[in-house]
Amino acid sequence: MNFREYKIGSRFFALALGGSMTITLFMPSLDIGSVSATEIAMDKQLWAGHESGFSLEDPLLLGWHKPYKVLLKADPKTGQPMDPTYAYVYEKGTPFPGGILHPDNLGPAAKKLSIDKGHILEANKNAGAVFMVKSEDQKQYYIENATATLGWTPEGVLKTAGDENTQHAAAGKSLFVREGCWWCHTLLPEQTQDWQVFGAPPMLGDFNGESPTAFGSDRKAPDILHVASRNASKEWMMLHFFNPRLVQPHSIMPRFDYLWGPVDASGKKIDFAKWRAEYNEYREGKRITPPEVPMYASNSEIRNLIDFVMNLK
Amino acid sequence: MLKYLMARNEDIPPGSSAVYWGFSAIVWFVIGTGLGAFNAAKLAFPDFVTGLEFLSFGHMRQVHVMAVIFGWISMAFGMAMMYITPALGNTKLWSEKLGLWNAFLWNVGLSLGLTVLWWGMNSGREYSDFPWFIDLYILCFMCIPLGINVWMTIIHRKTQGIYTTNWFFAAGTFMISIVLIVGNLPEYFHLTGLTEAYLTWWNAHNILGLWITPVAAAIAYYTIPKVTGNPLYSHRIGHLHFWSVVVFYSTPAAHHLMSAPLPEWLKSFASVEGVLILVPAIAFVSNILMTMQGKWNMFVENLEIRFTVTGCLMAIPLNMQGGFQQTRAINWYIHGTGWIVAHAHLALLGFSTFLEVAAVYLGMQTIMKRKLWSLTLGNIHFWFLLIGFTTYWVSMTIAGLIQGAGKIYEVPYIDVVIAEHPYMIARWLGGSLVFTGNCFWLFNMWMTARAGTVIPQGRMPHELAYER
Repeated sequence: MNFREYKIGSRFFALALGGSMTITLFMPSLDIGSVSATEIAMDKQLWAGHESGFSLEDPLLLGWHKPYKVLLKADPKTGQPMDPTYAYVYEKGTPFPGGILHPDNLGPAAKKLSIDKGHILEANKNAGAVFMVKSEDQKQYYIENATATLGWTPEGVLKTAGDENTQHAAAGKSLFVREGCWWCHTLLPEQTQDWQVFGAPPMLGDFNGESPTAFGSDRKAPDILHVASRNASKEWMMLHFFNPRLVQPHSIMPRFDYLWGPVDASGKKIDFAKWRAEYNEYREGKRITPPEVPMYASNSEIRNLIDFVMNLK
Repeated sequence: MLKYLMARNEDIPPGSSAVYWGFSAIVWFVIGTGLGAFNAAKLAFPDFVTGLEFLSFGHMRQVHVMAVIFGWISMAFGMAMMYITPALGNTKLWSEKLGLWNAFLWNVGLSLGLTVLWWGMNSGREYSDFPWFIDLYILCFMCIPLGINVWMTIIHRKTQGIYTTNWFFAAGTFMISIVLIVGNLPEYFHLTGLTEAYLTWWNAHNILGLWITPVAAAIAYYTIPKVTGNPLYSHRIGHLHFWSVVVFYSTPAAHHLMSAPLPEWLKSFASVEGVLILVPAIAFVSNILMTMQGKWNMFVENLEIRFTVTGCLMAIPLNMQGGFQQTRAINWYIHGTGWIVAHAHLALLGFSTFLEVAAVYLGMQTIMKRKLWSLTLGNIHFWFLLIGFTTYWVSMTIAGLIQGAGKIYEVPYIDVVIAEHPYMIARWLGGSLVFTGNCFWLFNMWMTARAGTVIPQGRMPHELAYER
């Protein structure tokens, strides 16, 4: 390689590639790194948890070690009724999201409030914690560690809320990633023309702490970032997931009936072969009504997925 | 081939690793396009094979993409590097043994990666879907050993200068390693939010721009002069191509996220740089087509030239699309539609695949010293690929324009799905044609190895007449 031209060439190459990476990586990182988290970003990272894709805590994306979002209508300590409030429950061993682990991620103002008033640095993974998104002036939001400030325990909060007010949205987002929903349904209404149909595009600070963002790139189906604002019917979702063509005859969405698992809500075994045979008869006009879609069990995967979709407001 | 894994380097016949890479590439091509056709069938007929998690579209979609990118395209590159790099340096491959082990580890790692991906273990990041331990494997046991072999062969060359193709091979193997390190930082260090989203597309863009596109072009810089006997039209235009790839192709990553809330300066910068991709594109296409001067009869008569020139010609619409579809004026219309899917296939199945197919045809015949067994099967392969791809591209482009119109005029989404249905069927037919053509190719290559006419010492494959 002892050739003067190649020495010059390799220096130019380093300059070109290094310059390119300075402009496309270093300079944007200054901008993106200085973005403060919005209320949406705090809510999202708290309900979605540390990581929705592959992680050592949940290698098969089965929804292990995920937080719960619960709607509290009574104080878990005193039992006194209170204004309905959302809380995010991290049981023992559940990894905390980016904003708790790295408060810089929240932006300077939210970081200060979250540490001083919210006591988020006192949260301990081995003990579990309950978080809330708070604001005093409805402008600057911060995260509060209710375990430190109010003494709420994860077990107590889950018990007070009850299963019907507990959303398995984080486990659902893992399913969204595992089942490849995002190959067709984007999570990114476009800035140019999606306002009317799919709702407001996300803003700059709406993603802090979220991983993966899973925007999707190929929109073979409607954008679903705000789907629950358009359609908040769990029953419709249930029919649609079991067989999309029950509610939308022209849909090309796959069936997700396998997410029901072996048994329905009453513990009865689901006979998928029989269901499909009856559905085919219905399609051929031999039956007037399609077969009944079984109600899903509360610990089934489809429950997690529907909870996730219901959270996309 | 496997028996040489434990042999001493001197005992391994030169070219063994290239043959191993080449056959692996063809097998991955058959698998990758087969998966693609299967997925396409699901989009046309949603109840085709239903109720099984592991045969569902969401699980299989990216297995197809990764099998094609890392199996077919990258292994075809490996094949080309194993025989072109030493040939251009008038030397032997630095280490046949490393080449064989590299191909072996490549197949093992990719099989493992695709299995876990199929299982649903993925990072949720497009084009870096593998979980991080597979990403690390790809970097350390697939890309870096390939780079070492290429670099060491170039360093130990017996020529004074380095030919154009080898600049690209050396730079490409180096850049893919950098891209895989930086692009996967979000997984290694759990970076979140917009940083993660942007780095995902920085990675995806640069796998295309700093690995697939330049290395595919480098192959054409070898194939055309070698087979036609014409010297490369212009060494200087080659320089322009090389340097403009490094500068203009490495910078527009943000144009994949034009509708995301990234800094506006970044999107504008990316968009301008994206148009400048036309500089390397025009340099490349003109250089290759000018090299063909006086030998255009070979476009008809010779299979490798036909594949290569067809690929180069497809680079024209590819880069016209690529340069302009990412500007704000056009991107708002076609972003996220089938147009982009068509464009991606024009890049990987049109432009790049046609160049690699030619390299694999040429390299396998040269190294095995066997004339292609059947020209008829070769022709069938060419036309199945071309007609299949064209069917796919035209139907998906139309479907994309329908989707774009539906998006702009706020048509209820289901009406778009209904309108697209015929094009989904056409896409599946096109994909199936490509898959079928590749099955013929695998058979033809196998028969070439077994029963092709022996090429005498000192002769090139294209100097012998086709026999079947």
